[in-house]
Amino acid sequence: MQWEIVIGLEIHAQLTTASKIFSGSATTFGAEPNTQASLIDLGMPGTLPVLNAQAVRNAVKFGLAIDAEIGMTNVFARKNYFYPDLPKGYQTSQMDHPIVGKGHLDITLDDGTVKRVGVTRAHLEEDAGKSLHEDFHGMSGIDLNRAGTPLLEIVSEPDMRSAKEAVAYAKTIHSLVRYLGICDGNMAEGSLRCDCNVSIRPKGQAEFGTRCEIKNVNSFRFIEKAINTEVQRQIELIEDGGKVVQETRLYDPNKDETRSMRSKEEANDYRYFPCPDLLPVVLEPSFIEEVRGELPELPQQKRERFESQFGLSTYDASVLSASRELADYFEQVQQTCGDAKLAANWVMGELSSLLNKEGLDIEQSPVSATQLGGMILRIKDNTISGKIAKMVFEALAAGEGDSADAIIDAKGLKQVTDSGAIEAMLDEVLAANAAQVEQYRASDEAKRGKMFGFFVGQAMKASKGKANPQQVNELLRKKLEG
Amino acid sequence: MSLDRTDVEKIAHLARIAISEDEIPATTAKLSGILDLIDKMQAVDTSNVTPLAHPLETIQRLRADEVTESNQRDAYQAIAPATEEGLYLVPKVIE
Repeated sequence: MQWEIVIGLEIHAQLTTASKIFSGSATTFGAEPNTQASLIDLGMPGTLPVLNAQAVRNAVKFGLAIDAEIGMTNVFARKNYFYPDLPKGYQTSQMDHPIVGKGHLDITLDDGTVKRVGVTRAHLEEDAGKSLHEDFHGMSGIDLNRAGTPLLEIVSEPDMRSAKEAVAYAKTIHSLVRYLGICDGNMAEGSLRCDCNVSIRPKGQAEFGTRCEIKNVNSFRFIEKAINTEVQRQIELIEDGGKVVQETRLYDPNKDETRSMRSKEEANDYRYFPCPDLLPVVLEPSFIEEVRGELPELPQQKRERFESQFGLSTYDASVLSASRELADYFEQVQQTCGDAKLAANWVMGELSSLLNKEGLDIEQSPVSATQLGGMILRIKDNTISGKIAKMVFEALAAGEGDSADAIIDAKGLKQVTDSGAIEAMLDEVLAANAAQVEQYRASDEAKRGKMFGFFVGQAMKASKGKANPQQVNELLRKKLEG
Repeated sequence: MSLDRTDVEKIAHLARIAISEDEIPATTAKLSGILDLIDKMQAVDTSNVTPLAHPLETIQRLRADEVTESNQRDAYQAIAPATEEGLYLVPKVIE
């Protein structure tokens, strides 16, 4: 049986605000337990929530960026359930009238094809607190610092057909919210969390299969692994004559398996109703236009500009526009050296592998964009070859000089382009390898290629890599033929 | 619309309200009465009426995004039944 995988994601993005969604408590990560939990966050009787304007602005910004309908009148509702880290006994959320309605997002897959994914809705809600189950004399400890932190829950259509597509979508959302500056995207700190709805159906069947929801997956790698593991489980279950039960599951990365979290159907009876403590939120068209005016160049627009303005491939353009910081770095290198292709190659090649190796973000790069751009200028004007440039780059990374020029001077790496000097050096190399020269001249054309490489290698070694490679090739050929 | 005993037990559980055995018949009757009233209201033609989210005819005011609360943990925890290391302690909830 051929199975088709159907995936929809619910992404919770913590909105970047100084204070909580309904109270004036701080939202700083990592504070001492319960030092950022006010009477409102504690759900004390007699308190009333007042909505944070910045949370509204951030949500609208997201809506405009995905070309969505904005809920000009949106309404908060209570989602009722009992858990100690939810002091009010309900989560204030949005149900029938969310702030962001239907929109869409284009994702770029590994092979460069672009796929449009629908966003069903995005709504504002408050986060819950944190339960600590370590032993407190058989009790649980509750930290309510996170309670009331503003979240935007972004719900996709079930448009993804593989784990890879789901990851591409999640990465696109991650990049978008960071571009917009509405969420810091820090997955390790839980600023961006993902629930994956997964089902399978026989290929060609129109209706969906029963889905399972994998809760709180907190890295891109785990999204892919969790989905693939869950798909495998569902296929085996069905092929063995079983049935998928709709339930919430947890992914265990250590065992690489998903397991049932709870099957309390009644717990899903949230009894939503409009929150009487909050009035409908009415947005003015002038406010929407004001927010629209604040939108930065978005990843997709940037990618298209990189393609048209710099002639980069779709793949290069999408890698370089994936984060605002990387895009800014690349553009600065490009401006310094005036060569977009070389700039792209160095940023995506040597620089990326250096950052990967050291585990650094682009903002922490030991080589600045101006330094890299300055070095590329020296490749372009033939002061150094590409090979020597790698040495200069390493020296820059190690902080051995302030600029490529300083390092080239200090280490004497300037390329030799004086053809007289190169010829003299070649004569020495050929004299030292007289037997090979004889052999070369006696060989037929087919065999000469490899032998020619040998002489080039010897020559570059003799010049310590500093001879201009094109000139070496040219002059060497002349001498050997002659 | 009338509720039966299991409906009432389920609603009581969802609301975490304890109802004793002899309260069940009376509660069932009362809740069913409320639902009957709702049935009557449902019969009214509201096709030309915009759904009402709030009885007050005004809109939500927004707050500037500023931190206005300071740390009052000690004061708040003074009335908590149990605390430790700054945490509120509750009966173990892990499933």
